Amino acid sequence: MSVTDRSRLALVFRRVLMLLLLGLAGGLAYAVLSLPDQAVGLSDRVRANMETSGVSNPVTAVLLNFRGYDTLLEMAVLLVALLGVWSLGSAAVYRRSNPEPVLLSLVGVLVPMLLLMAGYLLWVGADAPGGAFQAGSVLAAAGILMLLACKRPPVQLLGWSLRLVLVLGLGAFIAVGVSLLSASGMFLQYPPGLAGALILFIEAAATLSIGVTLAALFLGGRLDPDA
Amino acid sequence: MNSILLYALAGVGLFTLGLYALIVHAHLLRKILAINVMGSGVFLVLVSLGGRTPGASPDPVPHAMVITGIVVAVSATALALALMLRVQAKTGQTLLPEERLE
Repeated sequence: MSVTDRSRLALVFRRVLMLLLLGLAGGLAYAVLSLPDQAVGLSDRVRANMETSGVSNPVTAVLLNFRGYDTLLEMAVLLVALLGVWSLGSAAVYRRSNPEPVLLSLVGVLVPMLLLMAGYLLWVGADAPGGAFQAGSVLAAAGILMLLACKRPPVQLLGWSLRLVLVLGLGAFIAVGVSLLSASGMFLQYPPGLAGALILFIEAAATLSIGVTLAALFLGGRLDPDA
Repeated sequence: MNSILLYALAGVGLFTLGLYALIVHAHLLRKILAINVMGSGVFLVLVSLGGRTPGASPDPVPHAMVITGIVVAVSATALALALMLRVQAKTGQTLLPEERLE
């Protein structure tokens, strides 16, 4: 087959693909348009149970209380992804270039502000948009900024203490679940009086883990203390 | 047509565009980006359809699911990028085996 034949075949293939995908888009659009205009969904059931959830932000209540399993498994997915990345090899050795003075002074201003913002987002998640994932990603942004400015964490923190922080979120979640299982016989079924405190505890641990996990994912490989 | 349907249809469009790019482009980075565009389309559909409740506040359940989905998408993307770098280090090309030039 000559080169022109090949490119013509590729063109025909793309045309056919476009037609097929237009058909798919049309079908999906029809499915969306044929949905009823108003749908209650699960919002009424969430509203009816908000009293027992321990928080007043419905999204946090769903994430950490009504559908706690989702969030528990999501923390596990985050950890497994990091294990996958780490199993592929060590992080690339950083070129120890001298970062620009502008970047350094920006990091000096931004990192404390990001830490403050992460704490605020974690706290406000109980009754307004915010929560562990938002706070964790802000924390990760601070960590990535530090890494870009060549401010690596001290070597003695890269061993057990790093791994401890990485599993802290999942560990706290499972610990709460298991202690509730032994106390009341239901996994992750918070007693209404304690729910707010338990959710804050889990979220605080999860924020730390998410932030450190995302920053570690950014490095793209295992962190060896002796490297 | 209300704005909720507009957002949902935009999500359908993003999903289809991403699927097209995923099939057409051979470079793995473009494939990873395409999957992310597809995911964003799905999130947009979910979030906008959660706004069809009669009251002022939208259904929180799809919103919570999208937050979960975003975190899973971010971690899957990180793993995919690490795998891509590994493929490039081993073969010198960022292509799947059947796309490689002999």
